[in-house]
Amino acid sequence: MTKTADAVVIGGGIVGCATAYNLAKLGCKKVVLVEEKYLASGATGRCGAGVRMQWGTEPNCILARDSIKMLENLEEELEYPGSIEFKQSGYLLLAYTEKMVEQFHMNIGLQHRLGIPSCWVTPEEVKEIVPHLNTQGLHGATYCPKDGHCNPFKTTDAYAQAAKRLGVEILTYTKVTDLPRNSDRIKGVETTAGIIEAPLVIACAGAYTRQLARLVGVDLPIYPERHQILVTEPVEPLLGPMVMSFYHGTYCQQVPHGGFLMGLGDPHEVKDFNEDSTWQFLHEMAAKITFMLPVLKEVRVVRQWSGLYDLTPDKTQILGAIPEVPGFFVAAGFSGHGFMMAPVVGKLMAEVMLGLEPQYPIEMYGVKRFAEGSLYVEPSVV
Amino acid sequence: MAGKEYAKREEVTVICRCEDVTLEEIRTLINQGITDMEQLKRLLRVGMGPCQGRTCSALLAGEIARATGKYVGEVKLTTFRPLTAPIKLEVLTRGETHD
Ligand SMILES: Cc1cc2nc3c(=O)[nH]c(=O)nc-3n(C[C@H](O)[C@H](O)[C@H](O)COP(=O)(O)OP(=O)(O)OC[C@H]3O[C@@H](n4cnc5c(N)ncnc54)[C@H](O)[C@@H]3O)c2cc1C
Ligand code: FES
Repeated sequence: MTKTADAVVIGGGIVGCATAYNLAKLGCKKVVLVEEKYLASGATGRCGAGVRMQWGTEPNCILARDSIKMLENLEEELEYPGSIEFKQSGYLLLAYTEKMVEQFHMNIGLQHRLGIPSCWVTPEEVKEIVPHLNTQGLHGATYCPKDGHCNPFKTTDAYAQAAKRLGVEILTYTKVTDLPRNSDRIKGVETTAGIIEAPLVIACAGAYTRQLARLVGVDLPIYPERHQILVTEPVEPLLGPMVMSFYHGTYCQQVPHGGFLMGLGDPHEVKDFNEDSTWQFLHEMAAKITFMLPVLKEVRVVRQWSGLYDLTPDKTQILGAIPEVPGFFVAAGFSGHGFMMAPVVGKLMAEVMLGLEPQYPIEMYGVKRFAEGSLYVEPSVV
Repeated sequence: MAGKEYAKREEVTVICRCEDVTLEEIRTLINQGITDMEQLKRLLRVGMGPCQGRTCSALLAGEIARATGKYVGEVKLTTFRPLTAPIKLEVLTRGETHD
């Protein structure tokens, strides 16, 4: 069975759904989104659900700052009947070494230049923001009240529903198996449900984007890396902001539902597609978090899972056209922070695909930077 | 977690007791065409509570089967994730560190 479309979006995570919605909104008539499993089954539905403007490079600060502004009105824009559970109760980034203090002050300088309302807080002030935090060994922290949380399932659903209303066709449990070309130009996608011919194709397939690009002979530096995470039973409000420590490699936030979501970055993690959950993670996570927030000792863990980061060498996403294959675009390599950037990325990708003047200087996110060596190394990741 | 207001309604069937999800809410989504258990779980939190769906999964599968005309055994259940039972963080800190 062969069908035709004006554009095909590969991947039903937040980035694919936001891109499909924006394509339709900008007038692209027939958009088809193809998802191998169900919507938000990839990193999106497994993520920490945190959104923050406090980044260490300009490209990340801009995307996060403007995406969070969009989240403030997203329910109205998408006419979503439910709630995307957006809350702005801040992010507290903890500094435990002199070097971190220095780096964080540099980050604040950059953030202020870009209009991000972050500030340095002393351990005493930290105590006021999070009374339950153990401040032993803490040099201070940075805090931004505009940062916070948003529900990834609901946000993806909001984009998907709005996209459908605009005529986007969403095919779930359908896998893209090949990317046919006509000389160099992309011709469409081959899927488990047949061929879809289209002049524009975008891969928003997270860690699997590298495999897709290989089908057209392009090698993208994107590496899968497992990240584990857990959630506790819901309890009364104990913690306002997301608390993040790059020193411990941890983050923890109490979500509106009442449960605590927390995760750990393991520097020894092997770069592959392994998504198993381990006992070691539970043990290490529990040790670190009960040190930082002793009040959580009595709280029960109900579930653990893991997801894949799509890491790039500079921990910054790859966005834009693939010059070798006209008609083929990529939005991937989010390196653990793609959920919070998706509102702007979806818009940007639709503009670029449709040949409109993009609202942001997209070149700085292009894949060319790896060949040219002009990387933006993001220092602030777990 | 605040409970829902049921006061004035005559009859309410709660399918997921842990997460306070009613049959009516489930039917609303099923009627919108969402019959994938993984999707229902993520949109309604049904099965995400402390019992991890041990109480409600079978009921939910039955409801999906009724709506789609499938045999219950054909309804795909959600991926089971550890832990088997809720455990306090304090307890998890104990034991050997890994090798
Ligand atoms: C544990 C963890 C915590 C995180 N915490 C945060 C956080 O707090 N804040 C934040 O902003 N980000 C966070 N992230 C990162 C964030 O989840 C991702 O960057 C973001 O969800 C990326 O969305 P996506 O749509 O690009 O990818 P995905 O959600 O991975 O979607 C890609 C989709 O493509 C589909 N697919 C793949 N191959 C094919 C194919 N051949 N055919 C059809 N479909 C295909 C997959 O099934 C998948 O659904 C976290 C990630 C993890 C793993
Ligand atoms: S009854 Fe649904 S999770 Fe326990």
